[in-house]
Formats: sequence, C-alpha cells, structure tokens
Amino acid sequence: MNTSLPEPELRPLGVDGILVRFARTLTEAANARALAFCEQAKNASIAGVTEVASSLVSVRVGFDPHVTNRNSVTQAVTKLLASEQATQNSPKRLWRIPVAFGPTYAPQLGEVAALAGLTPEQAVAEVEATTVRVIAIGFAPGQPYLGMLPSNWNVPRQSNLTDSLPRGALICAVRQLIIWAAEAPTGWRHIGQTAFRVYLPEATDPFALEPGDAVQFSAVSDSDFRDIEANTDTNGGATCEVLR
Amino acid sequence: MVQLTIISAGQGLTVQDLGRPGWKAQGLSTGGAADPLALLEAAALLGTSPAQAVIEMMGFGGRFKADEGTRFALTGATMDADVDGVRVLPNSTSFLPAGATLTVGAAKAGVYGYLAFAGGITTPLIMDSRAAHLTAGIGKRLQAGDTLPLGLDPDRMRAPRKLRVEDRFSGGTVRIMPGPQTDFFDQQALDAFTKTTFHRSPRGNRQGIRLEHSGAEFGTKDGLNHVSDLIVPGDIQVTGAGVPYVLLAECQTIGGYPRIGSVIPADLPKIAQATPGTTLQFRFLTLEEADATAQTQAAKLRQLAQMCQPMVRDPHDIADLLRYQLISGATSGDDLERP
Repeated sequence: MNTSLPEPELRPLGVDGILVRFARTLTEAANARALAFCEQAKNASIAGVTEVASSLVSVRVGFDPHVTNRNSVTQAVTKLLASEQATQNSPKRLWRIPVAFGPTYAPQLGEVAALAGLTPEQAVAEVEATTVRVIAIGFAPGQPYLGMLPSNWNVPRQSNLTDSLPRGALICAVRQLIIWAAEAPTGWRHIGQTAFRVYLPEATDPFALEPGDAVQFSAVSDSDFRDIEANTDTNGGATCEVLR
Repeated sequence: MVQLTIISAGQGLTVQDLGRPGWKAQGLSTGGAADPLALLEAAALLGTSPAQAVIEMMGFGGRFKADEGTRFALTGATMDADVDGVRVLPNSTSFLPAGATLTVGAAKAGVYGYLAFAGGITTPLIMDSRAAHLTAGIGKRLQAGDTLPLGLDPDRMRAPRKLRVEDRFSGGTVRIMPGPQTDFFDQQALDAFTKTTFHRSPRGNRQGIRLEHSGAEFGTKDGLNHVSDLIVPGDIQVTGAGVPYVLLAECQTIGGYPRIGSVIPADLPKIAQATPGTTLQFRFLTLEEADATAQTQAAKLRQLAQMCQPMVRDPHDIADLLRYQLISGATSGDDLERP
C-alpha cells in the first residue's frame, strides 16, 4: 500500500513472539503503517495469538506456543500483510492538555529553542500549533511518544543524562515529545510541565492515551497551572474529544 | 482470614506473583517474580495454584508470624530458616504454628528467595495481579510492622513433601536465541560475545543486571543510532561502551539500545539468581532449538508436581524429637475386658 517503504521484516522476539518491523528508521509513514497493522492484527483474531503491541515502527504478535506455533503465526501474519487495507488513519480522539512554560517549569526550553533556531516564545508557539499523534506508548506505563514536530526540532538527546524529572514533564528530542511517566534518567530535555497523569494504576481504565490519538498542547500561565494542579476533579485540566 | 505479621524485613521484600501479562501495548511490563520457576516449585510442593502471591526476598529474609497455623514452603535462593529455633529445609513443605516465629536469614546461594504460604497472600488485586511493580508505582517494599492477609490453608494435614530443584544459582552457560536486532551486529561481534566470560556486576535489580568483562568489544555496525523498539525479558542490551545488560521481569517495554539476542525463558532464572561475581557465558541456539524449549507454566507445574516426593525425616536429624508425640493409642491392655 505504501510503495516508499521497504518490505516488512519478520523477526523472532522471544520464544512466543514475532516482530513485524516496517522500517529501521522512524518516519511518519512507517509509524502509521505499524499502528494500522496493529489494529488489523488485533481484529484478525489469529488462533493462539495472545497479545498484539505496537512500537514506533513495528508490531509484536505474541502467541501461546502450546496452542499454535511460529510457522502458523508467521503464515497468518504474512497473509494479513498481503491484504493490508487502506485503513482510516485519522485520529479517533483529540486531547487538549495544558502546559506551563514558565522558567521554573521549563528549565531547558531556551536551550531547545536555540537548537531549533527559535526564540523560546516561537518554540512555545510551534508546540501549540502542531497537532501531534501518539506514535507509541511505552518505556514506562502509559508513557506516550508524540510526534512529529517540524524538522527544525530534530534536536539530539543530550549526552549527559538528567537523573530525574517530575511526573508530567514535557520533554523533547528528535522531533518528538514525551509526557514523562518514568523514574529513570533521560537524555531528553525538559521544556514544559503538564499536570496530566498518563497512568492511574488503581483506576478501572488505568491508561489515558492510545496509539494514534491526537494531542494539542496549550500554554497556560504558571499561576493558572498551579490552580490546575490543585484541582483533582480533572486529569491535569486535559479534555478529550471523540472524533470518530 | 489469616494475618501474617512481618516482625522484621530485609531491604528487598515485596509481594510477587506471576505478574501482569498483556499490558505491553500500554507500556507496562509483565513484572512478577524475578525467578518465576520458584513460584511453580512452591505451588507444586504445596499443591496450590501457581497464581497465588508469595513474598519475594532479595538477598535477605526476615521474621514472620501468623495468627493461624499454615503450611509454607521456601524456594528459590537458599536461605537458612527456622521456626522457633527448629531448622526448616528449603524446597519442602513445613508447618508454621499459630504464633510461632519463622526466621529466614541471608541467601547462601542465589539472590531471590520465595516464601509461599498454602493459602496465598490475599491483598487486593490491581490489574488482575498482586505483584509489586515498583517502577510502575504498584505496591511497595514490605517493612517491619506490616501485616498481610493470607488465605486459610486448604489442607493443613497434607503430608510434607520435598522437591529436588534445578541448580540455577551458580551461573555457567546460558542459552540465548536470536532477536530482531541480532543481525545489527556483525559476525565478529557475535563471535566475540559468545567467547567472552562475563561476571555479574553488583549493579542489578528486578529490571535487569549488568555484566562485566575484560574481553573484546562487540558493538553494532552503526553504533547507537537505532530506533527504539519493543523489548521482552531476557533481551541482552548492549550499551555504547559494549556493556551488556540482561533485562528481567520488571524491564521497560521499549528501548533504544541494540539487543544482541535474548536469553530463553528456561534459562532466565540463572541470570536472575546469579550473585555479583558469578561467571556467565552465552551460547546461541538456532530459532528452532529455542522454540523447542518453550514450555507453558502449566506444563512446567505438572512436571514439577510429579517430581515432588514425600518427606521422610531421619529421626537423627530431628532436633526436637521429644516434642513429638511418638506413641499414640497405647493402652493398659485390658480395655476390652473393662465394662
């Protein structure tokens, strides 16, 4: 369906899984294809398949080796790939999430803006103007990789890792944004702060975002942000609009 | 309900079960026991469900007391243990009377010991599991003074059993399988990797362990410039400096470091149970060979249950022999003649 992409590669990933990799570098086309194939594989209800998960450019099809085997699943996957449908690529949901960009909440905004050839004000305006998509969920529970920002945002990870960041930090590298949810060092730079929790372990529906969702960030003043943080009736002041 | 009191606790005590499979798409790794084989061993010994929750003890145990008598088993890392001073054998069932104190000491072999009670730990389920997943903010480390609910022992009178377990506490050769990025490494790097003797670094936890070596480097052809991709426990990440990390139950779900291969699930307990300094080597299986080792937990449990044997104690080894009622039913001999 997309002739600009190479043939997907099928590789083992564990004794109970097959990875279908659509590209070796991240492009919006490869990501869209991975997300579409993930939906297709889930809906196909292949016998013995226990779990289907996507990442940036690939999909893992997990199976129960006592119910089926690698050959059967490989055949089913190959057949699905041959019948890849032109899937609806438009987002199902649109999230709007408030962000504080004041200096205490965005210690590395100036640095990233300079690397992207912008003033901090222009950088905030570009983030606000770009509707990003959830291109993957992972690393930590519910944590979204969001992309893609304009090409001037192709800022490398910093070589010195930041030891820890507050939950909900908006961080940036290689044309992507992450709403941080992990307790780990990171090379991504801290350019804003949300009060949005991507993961609520004790809730009936613990994960807020899904791959493919659209996200818009809106700048709020530091004092408005503190009000949002204090208000526990909403998830960080975010709204979610169902599009289809 | 039975209440278990933790009188004292080592640093690494958590409630664990077989984890939460099925949330990889949402970024939550399965987690659960670092050595899941030990949970199956405990279930085989006690005749219970492998889904029951246990206490995982990293490196050191603690002291425990229950307000109802219950059978229990200690599996995984070998830890000295006693009930009110009477020695308890590992990999066998024992009885903890109400109010008695079970003391579990330091690991003598291996890293992760498991304390399983016949009724299981019955804390509330979070996403269908009781396992602490600290990096995901689920559960907490157990501390002195904590109490945990236990289910009633369903079969207190069940005859004691023992199990001869697989030695997985002394390192050695670990079997690995190719993964999606194995061909990112050239043949020279793969050869160097399998010829190297590694030592388990002191740096490690439930997410993964670091390996040290003084051999040749084995980086990828194109450095670290790879798009992040899905991970499974057992994957061996090679960081920029050529330092391998083997990922365990609580690993992240997506990672950017290239992975040279993946430890097969059957051998992963060897990695989890390797103490710092333990030597490890890796041997590649073909994909077919690796797939042939796949065994469901249910099948493994059946196999272990068949291997359990009744426990026959040599009276010579019973320190508190005189505490037992050795003779019962003795009579004066004229019972039948009495009216």
